[in-house]
Amino acid sequence: MGTGTSIGRVRGLGSAHEGVKHWWHQRLTAGSNLLLVTWLVVSLFRLPLWDYRALVLWLSSPWASVPLILAVISAFYHLRLGLQVVIEDYQHDFTRVIAIVLLNFYAIGGAALAIFAILKVAFQGAVA
Amino acid sequence: MARNSGRPLSPHLTIWKWGPHMLVSILHRATGTANAIGGGVLLVWWLVALSSGEASYARFVDLMTSDETGRLNLIPAVILIGLTWTFLQHLCSGVRHLLLDTGAGYELKTNKTGAIATLVVSILLTLLIWGSIFFYGAH
Repeated sequence: MGTGTSIGRVRGLGSAHEGVKHWWHQRLTAGSNLLLVTWLVVSLFRLPLWDYRALVLWLSSPWASVPLILAVISAFYHLRLGLQVVIEDYQHDFTRVIAIVLLNFYAIGGAALAIFAILKVAFQGAVA
Repeated sequence: MARNSGRPLSPHLTIWKWGPHMLVSILHRATGTANAIGGGVLLVWWLVALSSGEASYARFVDLMTSDETGRLNLIPAVILIGLTWTFLQHLCSGVRHLLLDTGAGYELKTNKTGAIATLVVSILLTLLIWGSIFFYGAH
């Protein structure tokens, strides 16, 4: 049929030019979320959340800021892949394109804001 | 035609009934969407408020907590308890999906037990977490 072998299609050499990457990355980020986001949620419940100075001190340690950045990347990538499937299942006309574009704006914008905010606290420390 | 009640009914367009596996399946999608939007917005909001300085963070805390008691206000409490459960439910059914991906757990009884287990674990953990927060008054 001119579309190569089945293993070639799986590896992304078929007419769609992609194979199992979406499925596999969703599983990979599910695993990294399991570790990182669970760490984040446990941390949130253990931290004195209303104490500005204590939180800044917490984030100034690379052992907090780096896993938090990784958690943001993992979670926002995972939610981008997941919501894409939800949109593709329920939106069928041009609204699908709009929804996917908005989803990309949300995922990239949200992650960028969060990472910048973490780095600012980590590098700058407390601001009066 | 006598029907052998020991045999399963074939599901058809209108002939089916809810089972725990269906509930957990659609809940995985619903809780994932709630985490993605609710959890994502709240996380970014919290981090931006924190990084904008002490005064900005004080406004965030003021919005979340009561001035008199220092405890969570009702609406933030409902949202946070809800997001705790949606997070844990998505986590539990996510782990179940990873196990199902290996081809395991499709026997009717195992599948049903696994689906119910995700609900039981997520609800129990939510009660445990928030029970300890309200009991010890951690924040």
